[in-house]
Amino acid sequence: MRVLAVLEQRDGALRKVSHEVLAASRQLADQSAGTVDAIVFGAGAVAGMDQLGGFGADRVLHGTHADFALYCPDGASTTIASIGSEYGAIILAATAMGRDLAPRVAARLGVACATDVTALGVEGGSVTVTRPIYAGRILQHGKLTGTTAVVSVRPNTFHPVESGKAGSIAALAVPSFTPRVASKGVKKPDAAMLDVTEASVVISGGRGLKEPANFKLLEDLAAAFGNAAVGASRAVVDAGWRDHGEQVGQTGKTVSPQLYIAVGISGAIQHLAGMRTARTIVAINRDKDAPIFKVADYGIVGDLFEILPRLTEEVRKIRSS
Amino acid sequence: MKIAVCLKRVPDTTAKIVIGATRTAIDETGVKFVPNPYDEFALEAAIALKEQAGAGETTVVAVGTDASQETLRTALAMGIDRAVLLQSAGSADGLVVARALAAELKAGAYDLILFGKLAVDDYNHQVGVMVAELLGLPCITAAAKLTVSGSAVEAEREIEGGVEMMACALPAVVTCDKGLNNPRLPSLKGIMAAKKKPLDVKPVTLDGASFEITSLELPAERQAGRIVGEGADAVPALLALLRNEAKVL
Ligand SMILES: Cc1cc2nc3c(=O)[nH]c(=O)nc-3n(C[C@H](O)[C@H](O)[C@H](O)COP(=O)(O)OP(=O)(O)OC[C@H]3O[C@@H](n4cnc5c(N)ncnc54)[C@H](O)[C@@H]3O)c2cc1C
Ligand SMILES: Nc1ncnc2c1ncn2[C@@H]1O[C@H](COP(=O)(O)O)[C@@H](O)[C@H]1O
Repeated sequence: MRVLAVLEQRDGALRKVSHEVLAASRQLADQSAGTVDAIVFGAGAVAGMDQLGGFGADRVLHGTHADFALYCPDGASTTIASIGSEYGAIILAATAMGRDLAPRVAARLGVACATDVTALGVEGGSVTVTRPIYAGRILQHGKLTGTTAVVSVRPNTFHPVESGKAGSIAALAVPSFTPRVASKGVKKPDAAMLDVTEASVVISGGRGLKEPANFKLLEDLAAAFGNAAVGASRAVVDAGWRDHGEQVGQTGKTVSPQLYIAVGISGAIQHLAGMRTARTIVAINRDKDAPIFKVADYGIVGDLFEILPRLTEEVRKIRSS
Repeated sequence: MKIAVCLKRVPDTTAKIVIGATRTAIDETGVKFVPNPYDEFALEAAIALKEQAGAGETTVVAVGTDASQETLRTALAMGIDRAVLLQSAGSADGLVVARALAAELKAGAYDLILFGKLAVDDYNHQVGVMVAELLGLPCITAAAKLTVSGSAVEAEREIEGGVEMMACALPAVVTCDKGLNNPRLPSLKGIMAAKKKPLDVKPVTLDGASFEITSLELPAERQAGRIVGEGADAVPALLALLRNEAKVL
């Protein structure tokens, strides 16, 4: 099966999730003796584009246009749709961009779209998917039977594989399009902060932190890890301590990091809905009967104000050694 | 201003979800159904925009069985003027639902068509965008802030590590995220008025699906792990486990 991987860039550099999209695409292509083309949009060259061969792209298709410095929904969907039917599958990331773009492409090609997919396969020529529904309480297994399967994959679920293979880069003709909607730019509250859905380590705080200023303890720990984001329970988001964008759970975000550290969070069922698919869960709570310990791989019982500074110090030591 | 809102009836987010006998759908016995929470932001936005304009008409459209009539009445009780039920059992394929909605909306000459960013049952995250594409309209997704002045639409949406500012012109499609507004509750007067508001029922056939559910499954329960120790002294042991056993460091 020929697979088209739709990659993401911001400010002229590929985003980490792009390698995950390639990993998912490669997996699908390898199961069906196929090839992977990766499509990259930009106003010009995109940093990291020349290394995509090593991440699974047989060929990189580079579509350039003055409007492609920012996300351009109409340009991207027109371009992908113009070549889309040549592919058995088109894979995107289930990010703000991919969630916007995937249904556009599917509608233009007249085929179904499976979003937020966590496992992929091929069966009798059709792409099969697994997707969490009902806030992760149910797993849906499904099959895409159209000529092209449009799929978005959940960040942090497909892991980048490096092969050392070389790929080639070809310019892709961008058909003329009508820009019906335009991005006017991105406001960055804190450009250095990773998003909870994409970080490999998520450190979340709850009401146990006592007051907003104490989240500094979590930010310090995140900084010590380096590839970490700070998350929050709904209780502290509702209290106005943290932004809604950081909320993990049923009415917030679903995260699947390598490591999830819940600090001063009781582990309500609605919180668990958003983080139960993390690879490893650590809980720090002074109540040994807190429900969070029922899902945590490792727990420390005790006062977070005493434990966190020590943890940060030790992580720093490991990271600098 | 003519505004349409597409509304889905979904299980309450706190309802216990049980897989049905066919293994391809949930067991609806005893489940409480509510308007999709994200669609409530869309309903509120529609009503508020009409109030602000001082004139216009708001319409709510649902694809669903007769049970969705109750959900549509809730929207009418909030203040929407009229409702349309596209009567059918629905489909797991969002494009098929989008086609039915687009066919109904096409003739309505709506200035603005509002959706939720996603339905909390199937988590499809797609129907609004697909309707926009089918109708050839601009579409802004997951708006947490929305202003309409004259024919100019401006919206903000949350993206990874920032807020993206989007702009387009009416007629347009916007899908709504949390944070957009605080949906009003139906008043007693609204509930009474809703009984007399028009609710058209139009049977539709949904075919041409290219996504099918093969089975539903409960996710594996996580096993409780172990308490490594108490207090700060347990930190070195925890890090050793993360490094050597979990291999996440
Ligand atoms: C429809 C609905 C949707 C919801 N959606 C979400 C959601 O998306 N995300 C979400 O998180 N919640 C959600 N909730 C809320 C959820 O039910 C809980 O109320 C919330 O998660 C509790 O937050 P918390 O764990 O921070 O606070 P608490 O439950 O108050 O827990 C605080 C914890 O901190 C511990 N603690 C206190 N002091 C210390 C200390 N010094 N050291 C160590 N530990 C300490 C306590 O032992 C306790 O376990 C939702 C609820 C509903 C009804
Ligand atoms: N059966 C339906 N009837 C009316 N509107 C729907 C239906 N399904 C989805 N929608 C609309 O499309 C949005 C996104 O749904 P989904 O793509 O299913 O996550 C919802 O918030 C509704 O506004």
